[in-house]
Amino acid sequence: MIRLGVPSKGRLMEQTFDWFAARGVRLSRSGSDREYAGRVDGAENVALVLLSAGEIPRELMAGRIHLGVTGTDLIREKLPGWRSHVEELAPMGFGHADLILAVPACWSDCDSLDDFATIARDFRAEHGFRLRIATKYHRLVRAWLSAQEVADYQLVDSQGATEGTVANLTAEAIADITSSGETLRANHLKIIGEEPILRSQATLLRSLAAGDEAELRDFAARLGL
Amino acid sequence: MSKREKQAIGQQILAAFRAAGAEEVAPDLLLPAETLLDLYGEDIRARAYVTQDPIRGEMMLRPDFTVPVVQMHMASGAEPARYCYLGEVFRKQDHGETRPEHPRDNEYLQAGFELFARDPDADAEVFALFHHILAPLKLRATMGDMDLLMDAVRALPLSGARRAALLHHIWRPRRFARLLGRFAAPAEARGFPETAAPWTGLRSPAEMQARIDRLRADAAEAPLPSQWVARLERLFSIQAPAPEALRQLRALASEIPDIAEAVDRLERNLAALSARGVDVGAVHFDASHGRHTMEYYDGMTFSFAAAGREDWPPVASGGRYDALAAVLGQAQGRSIPAVGGIIRPGLVCELGGQILGKAA
Repeated sequence: MIRLGVPSKGRLMEQTFDWFAARGVRLSRSGSDREYAGRVDGAENVALVLLSAGEIPRELMAGRIHLGVTGTDLIREKLPGWRSHVEELAPMGFGHADLILAVPACWSDCDSLDDFATIARDFRAEHGFRLRIATKYHRLVRAWLSAQEVADYQLVDSQGATEGTVANLTAEAIADITSSGETLRANHLKIIGEEPILRSQATLLRSLAAGDEAELRDFAARLGL
Repeated sequence: MSKREKQAIGQQILAAFRAAGAEEVAPDLLLPAETLLDLYGEDIRARAYVTQDPIRGEMMLRPDFTVPVVQMHMASGAEPARYCYLGEVFRKQDHGETRPEHPRDNEYLQAGFELFARDPDADAEVFALFHHILAPLKLRATMGDMDLLMDAVRALPLSGARRAALLHHIWRPRRFARLLGRFAAPAEARGFPETAAPWTGLRSPAEMQARIDRLRADAAEAPLPSQWVARLERLFSIQAPAPEALRQLRALASEIPDIAEAVDRLERNLAALSARGVDVGAVHFDASHGRHTMEYYDGMTFSFAAAGREDWPPVASGGRYDALAAVLGQAQGRSIPAVGGIIRPGLVCELGGQILGKAA
């Protein structure tokens, strides 16, 4: 029996259901809206497991689900060495979001990461501590800044309302996921750099630990993959 | 190799350090994270285990000994001072996209020696000590000198702001190269459009104005003549047996007179090493060696690597870290030049464990 992990609520769940429906497999929540059980029509031997999107990387790594739908951002942030644990079967074309670095829009001297690196250096000399970047994507942001050779900064953890940290003086910049950029603008922040840290979208992944490859091949063929 | 065997090798190294006049010290395993984070930046958070104490706040499992040993010396040490230590350090490994087949140990032994002295012979003393202890392992010894590079950067005909920027990024090769390229090209005037956005955040309008003023002044700077870029590139790429490197540096000093003093110092250092029985012809000099090590080394740097074990970290490494010692001594109003290094007993053990117990 193939266990398919899907986000348990919201637009991500609905769009996932639509994606599978377009490929002849009907997923649905059984019973009431509050029950986290699901049913699968149109494919044999597939069980639907409804999970929080944030837990899907861990479940894939452990091999407790064979397939899972989650954002590229969560896979790369939460699974060190992710290529050794999962295979990306298909980008699904929804849930697009970019992980970006943003600074106050009033910084008219900051257009690029080079500007940012210099400002961080000045800030540290002026204030006696490293410029703070609020984020929940610690690994991705740190690895990216390290690859770009930006020093003189520190990450501060922010699990929500990250855009507000600058006005609250608990950070000077933020690194977060954005799709339209509206929340950034509302908080008087602007994105720097031409390329985002990561372009994320919902992706169908296969667990390398779960096995049952023959069954999975049949199911993938059925989905047209 | 069992931990007991590695510990035994560590004890032999420690005995050699003690025989060289060092006092053994035992810093804490749990260190306050703040000092380490401020000194090393986010890189250390990626590599060190950070934990939380309800009273002492964020703590780190000892990622290296240098900081606690320097702090201890600054708090109470007499001068000159030699310290040695043996103990575990803890390092996380954040695998990028792929998990390595043979992950490195996350806890391993370090045996170290730190010398706090104003004696110009200190570099030779430390290098020769490590060289002597490790001699039976036939390791490849590499030496570098950050001072030489920094003197060369200071000698560039540039504005103070441009020089400071280059010096700051000397440990980040691509950022450094990009800055140098920009300084060598005609400066481009840049506009700073007014924005309607209200001011937000801790960085003040005055701080931004100061940077804008600096950038405007910079736009009037003449480009750095290309022969200076070429000289710097030649210096940074010198890699040769130490005596040959010294000849090349000597020749380069006729074009960059400001490095002459550092070249003299290197020559004296090599002579002192010969006098201590080191075959300097077998020491590889790599001018950029220190650019790939920890940011805190600002003078001589060295490493001893096992041939044919390219995937290993160096068996031993170290260098001079006067600036770090000065930063850590600030609270006590003390400053003293410092040079030191560490050996990894675990790797010595894997190479057969042959070392010289007694220093010459």
